[in-house]
Amino acid sequence: MSFMGKYTLPEMPYAYDALEPHIDAKTMEIHHTKHHQTYTDKLNAALETCSSDIQAKDIVDILSDIKSIPDDKRGAINFNGGGYDNHRLFWNNMKPNGGGEPGGSIADAINDSFGSFSDFKEKFSSTTAVIQGSGWGWLVYNPSSGKVEYKSMPNQTSPRTEGLVPLLGCDVWEHAYYLNYQNKRPVYIEAWWNVVNWDEVESRFSKTK
Amino acid sequence: MAFELPDLPYAHDALAGAGMSKETLEYHHDLHHNAYVTNGNAAIAGTEWDGKSLEEIIGGTYDASAVAQNGIFNNISQLWNHNQFWEMMGPGESKMPGELEAALTESFGSVDEFKAQFSAAGAGQFGSGWCWLVKNADGGLAVTKTENGVNPLCFGQTALLGCDVWEHSYYIDFRNKRPAYLSNFLDNLVNWENVASRM
Repeated sequence: MSFMGKYTLPEMPYAYDALEPHIDAKTMEIHHTKHHQTYTDKLNAALETCSSDIQAKDIVDILSDIKSIPDDKRGAINFNGGGYDNHRLFWNNMKPNGGGEPGGSIADAINDSFGSFSDFKEKFSSTTAVIQGSGWGWLVYNPSSGKVEYKSMPNQTSPRTEGLVPLLGCDVWEHAYYLNYQNKRPVYIEAWWNVVNWDEVESRFSKTK
Repeated sequence: MAFELPDLPYAHDALAGAGMSKETLEYHHDLHHNAYVTNGNAAIAGTEWDGKSLEEIIGGTYDASAVAQNGIFNNISQLWNHNQFWEMMGPGESKMPGELEAALTESFGSVDEFKAQFSAAGAGQFGSGWCWLVKNADGGLAVTKTENGVNPLCFGQTALLGCDVWEHSYYIDFRNKRPAYLSNFLDNLVNWENVASRM
């Protein structure tokens, strides 16, 4: 049986203009219909060239065991599979009228790891702002330490490739903010906090237990 | 002595008819390139690199084993990369000099094959970076791609042509369509006399 288009572009959980004024509708539309679509298409194309064993695995399992992908295919799977997964996480860890401070168990975990929410936010913003080139800033859960941690990742490489569970991601590829913020990445990050969906982050965190 | 932002070798709107808008060049030169100058000067101030040339700093701070390069390298290499980039483009028709055409044909089989490899390198760079036409130490020409600010100087190569594939270089004019930006760059923007002069 041939492998045909296993993955499809996930639907957006809200309208393209729902995150304005923090993230503009045009950026959201291009980001979803062009960038995310391309990662999805190229992931399918890359999987087409893989063995049926690999094709049968879920993308989360593939990324979590990226070293099992043959050398000549790993770059494309890492990049496009990461791009596919990162963006579906990203859409859902944002929402209209989001932001504020988290409650529940994720708030306790953040305080435990970073001292306070404001210390976490400062660490996340300042470190994500200086990522070289394209990449993502993440709040992750590290199963080895049992704690939440901050992690920068280059390009589309998923935190899952390092055994980490992504909880909250901020895309700092220029395509995520250039139409509205141009070179002002720190201003975009500051605005992004206003659309963070902490309920979703709590939900992801609760599934690590 | 601090490095300075060079003026563009043409007006900000000079390439607008060839697919690179005034707005793109205002942001790219006046803000992005300027930030590499400002941050590069700040990064080398008081270090052993203060007073050295761009080429010396790039060669001396590039770390082939590093997952991510340091701040001095990133800013100084991007300063140098953009200095070259503006000169490698120009307004108006640019005819490829015969010696460059001969060298490309010698190394790639044809000019079209060179263009295909150059575009594929740029489109295939995962994330931010550059694609290049380089001259190797043995004199042969090759197409390469590099991540973020890394450039041919890091590998002992001469940069003949470079195309910036950071999204800030094409997002205003081409949005997500990096391949269209690359083909337009080769067909309408490159100053082939400048490329040939680097051989």
